[in-house]
Amino acid sequence: MTLAIEAVDLVKVFKGGVRAVDGLSLEVEAGTVFGLLGPNGAGKTTVVRILTTVFLPDSGRASVLGHDVVTASEEVRANIGLAGQFAAVDENLTGLENLRMIGQLTRLSRNTAVARANELLELFELTDAAKRIAKTYSGGMRRRLDLAAALLHKPSVLFLDEPTTGLDPYSRQALWGVIEELVNEGTTVLLTTQYMEEADRLSNVIAVVDHGKVISQGTPSELKSTLGATVIDLEMSSNEEADRLGRLLLEKIGKQPRLVGAGVELPLENGPAQVRELLEIMEAADLMPVRLDLRDPSLDDVFLSLTGHVAAELQEGGRK
Amino acid sequence: MTVAAKVHSEVVAERGLSRFFSDMFVVTERNIIALVRIPQSLFFSSVQPIMFVLLFRYVFGGAINVPGHSYVDFLMPGIFLQTVAFGSIGTAIGLAEDLHKGFIERFRSLPMARSAVLAGRTSADLIRNIGVLILITAVGILVGFRIHAGIWAFLGGLLLILLFAYALSWGFSMIGLLAPNTETAQVMSFPLLFPLTFASSAFVPVQSMPGWLQPFANNQPFSILVDAMRALSNGGPTADYVIKSLLWSVGLLIVLAPLAARRFRRSF
Repeated sequence: MTLAIEAVDLVKVFKGGVRAVDGLSLEVEAGTVFGLLGPNGAGKTTVVRILTTVFLPDSGRASVLGHDVVTASEEVRANIGLAGQFAAVDENLTGLENLRMIGQLTRLSRNTAVARANELLELFELTDAAKRIAKTYSGGMRRRLDLAAALLHKPSVLFLDEPTTGLDPYSRQALWGVIEELVNEGTTVLLTTQYMEEADRLSNVIAVVDHGKVISQGTPSELKSTLGATVIDLEMSSNEEADRLGRLLLEKIGKQPRLVGAGVELPLENGPAQVRELLEIMEAADLMPVRLDLRDPSLDDVFLSLTGHVAAELQEGGRK
Repeated sequence: MTVAAKVHSEVVAERGLSRFFSDMFVVTERNIIALVRIPQSLFFSSVQPIMFVLLFRYVFGGAINVPGHSYVDFLMPGIFLQTVAFGSIGTAIGLAEDLHKGFIERFRSLPMARSAVLAGRTSADLIRNIGVLILITAVGILVGFRIHAGIWAFLGGLLLILLFAYALSWGFSMIGLLAPNTETAQVMSFPLLFPLTFASSAFVPVQSMPGWLQPFANNQPFSILVDAMRALSNGGPTADYVIKSLLWSVGLLIVLAPLAARRFRRSF
């Protein structure tokens, strides 16, 4: 196995003592998609910035394609593409001018940069908008332009920091399709996301990150299987009933179910047999659900059981 | 490794200085395009100085007594300096914007000469200043400004002002990197520029100011630059002013450019 990205014990402390990255290690095999999954403020963006030589780590080491990100940062930069969280598109330039500029700065000649820019504008369905100022672009178009900018010099390792945050479902699907094509052509991708669905769909390996550390890692199905086979979804007639049932289950079987409005979700260790136990508990307390569902665990469930909190709940309190 | 091979065949082989200059050119071009397309920046760099010319020429000017030549001839050298000084706020705002919109992050992940980011910004502002000074000279001539010391001396004076403005824009690029957002970059710039611009010989003779203010107003760099420009435009002894102006400009550049470059590296 060839490693495209390797990080060992990375630490980055910001002013005020915030340990954004706190001893994080990871290994990404060439030609695969590695997903960093975690809530806002978990340190994902900082990891990406260290690996793309934007930030220097305070300690630990990392390399991309064997080039150290600190001592051989130029070689790293020549081989990577970065699409950051903000869609770094210059609003005053046209789509074509944006790409030409980035192309020239990635050491393509002006003519090659223009040719390559036109190629990518076509690939991302931006040809019609190529000569329009990027200020007039929609959020989805900006994202696509930003991703195109990361691909100008055909990087063999691509970093995507929350590539679909803020996109509508259609644009998200389209972007996923593009990423999958790139991977089929042999590009190694490291992506960060807060969306379980995105990590699940795209990643070969997922690392769950919280407080600057990897707290669990595996293929999507490995991560899910750590939870047991089945999750039971119950819908109660009111939020109060759901709360009551939550307390009751914690007391009787010692596990805190996840409460979402009137919904109660609980991973089951031994599947169907436990369903009967649950029904008996509920019947005895006169708390019967209006709907009952059994399903495979989702990454949401994994995340909850690993971190003790729901990813989405942390969104307000996150990074600046 | 076919992908890598392809990349390397397309990559322009450049090293060191030539690479720095070609990257600087690309970044400068980008900033110039933006400058032309943002109405606010055009307003700040040209409409505002024109208003100052009209304000001082027709509203305040009548009440200000200057020795020797007419007030408009006294005024215009001051306006030239004020224009480029206020224009350097644009450097701070532009860099703050690049930083907070993720543009600097993108630049830092590219295999480009990193120093070209700041150099491209300050060069673009230099080019903007050339354009604005030409415009303001034309406006000045329309309202009665005349060059008495010969065209070459006058152009030499403008070059002095441009060099000084170039040094200033390195200083203001540092403010842009330090400011938490673009509004603050603007707010941080004004208190610096205001006393230097108005407690100077730009609009009124220093002799008309209170005694305690005169030592500052006489010796601070804005006055020295204005005095040099005035001598090169209206006539009179120039050597002393020009030498001092050059010393200030080069001195500031030698101090501020490395400081800004260091701040740029340290921001991460």
